[in-house]
Amino acid sequence: MSPILQGLITIALGVGGCVAYFYAANIVLDKVIFPPSGKDPGRNINRANMVRPWLFLFPAIFALGLYLAYPVVGSFWRSLFNRDGGTFVGLGNYERLAMDPSFRQAVFNNFLWVLVVPALATFLGLLAAQLTDRIKWGNIAKSLIFMPMAISFVGASLIWKFVYAVNPDIGMINAIRVAFHMQPLDPLQVPFWNNFFLMVILIWIQTGFAMVILSAALRGIPEETIEAAVLDGANPFQLFFKIKVPQIMPTIVVVWTTITILVLKVFDIVYATTGGNFGTQILPSYMMQYMFRDDGRATAVAFVIMIIVLPVMIWNIIQARRETR
Amino acid sequence: MAAIAGQKSRLTWAVQLSVVFMVVLWLVPTVGLLVSSFRTTDQISQSGWWDAAFSVEKAFRDRIPADGEKQVDGLYVLEGDLLNSGQNANDLKAGTTITAFGTSGIKPGAYKAGETVDTGDGGTLSVAKDGTYKATSKTSFDGSGPRVYFVAEMPPAFTLANYRNVLFSDGMGQAFMNTLTVTIPATIIPILVAAFAAYALAWMEFPGRGLLIAAVVGLLVVPLQLALVPLLRLHQEIGIGQSFLGIWLAHTGFGLPLAIYLLRNYMVGLPRDIIESAKVDGATDFQIFMKIVLPLSFPALASFAIFQFLWVWNDLLVAKVFLPANDASKVMTVKIADDLLGSRGGDWGILASAAFISIAVPLLVFFAMQKYLVRGLLAGSVKGG
Repeated sequence: MSPILQGLITIALGVGGCVAYFYAANIVLDKVIFPPSGKDPGRNINRANMVRPWLFLFPAIFALGLYLAYPVVGSFWRSLFNRDGGTFVGLGNYERLAMDPSFRQAVFNNFLWVLVVPALATFLGLLAAQLTDRIKWGNIAKSLIFMPMAISFVGASLIWKFVYAVNPDIGMINAIRVAFHMQPLDPLQVPFWNNFFLMVILIWIQTGFAMVILSAALRGIPEETIEAAVLDGANPFQLFFKIKVPQIMPTIVVVWTTITILVLKVFDIVYATTGGNFGTQILPSYMMQYMFRDDGRATAVAFVIMIIVLPVMIWNIIQARRETR
Repeated sequence: MAAIAGQKSRLTWAVQLSVVFMVVLWLVPTVGLLVSSFRTTDQISQSGWWDAAFSVEKAFRDRIPADGEKQVDGLYVLEGDLLNSGQNANDLKAGTTITAFGTSGIKPGAYKAGETVDTGDGGTLSVAKDGTYKATSKTSFDGSGPRVYFVAEMPPAFTLANYRNVLFSDGMGQAFMNTLTVTIPATIIPILVAAFAAYALAWMEFPGRGLLIAAVVGLLVVPLQLALVPLLRLHQEIGIGQSFLGIWLAHTGFGLPLAIYLLRNYMVGLPRDIIESAKVDGATDFQIFMKIVLPLSFPALASFAIFQFLWVWNDLLVAKVFLPANDASKVMTVKIADDLLGSRGGDWGILASAAFISIAVPLLVFFAMQKYLVRGLLAGSVKGG
């Protein structure tokens, strides 16, 4: 059977199945299990209404549990076993990671990524938001800066491979170097700094995201505060840094953490450009080296990433609970 | 006042210029890729894409055939055409002219076209702009004509050959269909599952609701990496293995937290009056959901659909793990990252066109439905609850 036909059948089954499930479950609940008749119809209606939310939630909870909650435990459990999963090795995989210099390199590089990418993407996004809000063709400019969001990390890596190409007739960086009578070089092989050249790709993608959200936040600032500052003689820079930025600080934090989480998950860029060579390994790409080869070690790396993400997760939950209350 | 006005306009100019600068900086890499995808690999390595609108100069080598030898005034003469009947005729397109020629590979452009050069022993060589040459010698060429080097100026040319090659002989067409096959079910199915759950979390009262919302927020940031190994094993144990069904299920699961979160945030904001008056009129929750909440939530549904579409279309990690690694089921991202970058790493024309095929659909969706995308982003980040 062709995959396309299979896909169409799956859509029909999935959508039809969902509707059928919700419809049928409701009927069964109302007509069969707790019918609003017999001895005590009122109590039956109440009971049905207590069960109903769980009917609505069941498929989602099942999928979330299976695909996201179970793996947290499952991965940790798997990381306690050796390569083929037969022998229990306790924290042996974690010990081996700690001893591996390329793991330490990956942790160090990931640390650089987390430090640099969210900061620069947020800063440039804020700058772009503030600047484009002041001009007539701002929306077009926004659209163009936002565009890389639609491009896959693999596509973006390829786009930048062209920019970084060694041949000065292909790579713009080297074309500029040659124009200034310098030797062409491969930016992706310059020790240490090549990490930053890779980060540029993610910053290029994420600046648009930061810009869109921060520009909405900037527009939400009450007009009076700005007018008051202008009357008091604030210049545009004071207005921006002392009046506007403090007021949108919560949004800046949200953008910052969202990009931080993303940085910890993206393996595509390193995978498609350097493959983790030349000292550019990061944790997600380091994990992919062991995927299919040594599941024990791969899951251990995944769990390390989880532990790094954990504080952000807890902070998000606290924040969300405060807001829903 | 005049001074202030002047200062204002100078500031506006600075703003305008910085935005232009930023937009150009952001746009240039993509434009480079697009232009390169329409050039042959030769052109790409001969001149930068920023010169694509101008002519390219390239050096060629040829050996003049000696079989047409004629004797004129005691000299042996070879005449012919380097551009149209030489060894390089196939590489030289119409409109090409010769700017210079030479007799050694070290300086292929030593003499201007049209000059006559002394090649030693009384022999001469001349090559004209249009490619016609004349070589003379006092002795017979004896079946081996002289070598000629020449620099040809080729007019700018764009080609669809890269796209043809990559789509039909490199299997990118199949990969495109595979990506489509993965993306569409994986976008549609989570929407419905999430919408019901979001309605329950927004409009139904039950114990543990707050806890569930918190759990969804927490699951939003669980790294995908954790799910790979345990779920692949689970899929293998229940017989799904690495297959399209497996990747649809996986993407559905991974997309749900964002879907539920976005939809719940939107549904909570729907006017209470409508829903309560429907309840008073005797509508069941199922009816309220299908007839009132779902149609009213269209903008939120659209923004999630775009997110999920872009995410699944652009995904590399999940596809690498949950789909088999054969050509019949490779998606475009895997194809580019594993096949083209590896085996055809130097073939820039092929790479550029492959990349552009893979980003064309997301770009189209992006520009057509940007409004919903932005709305979804804002619902997810600014209000937050």
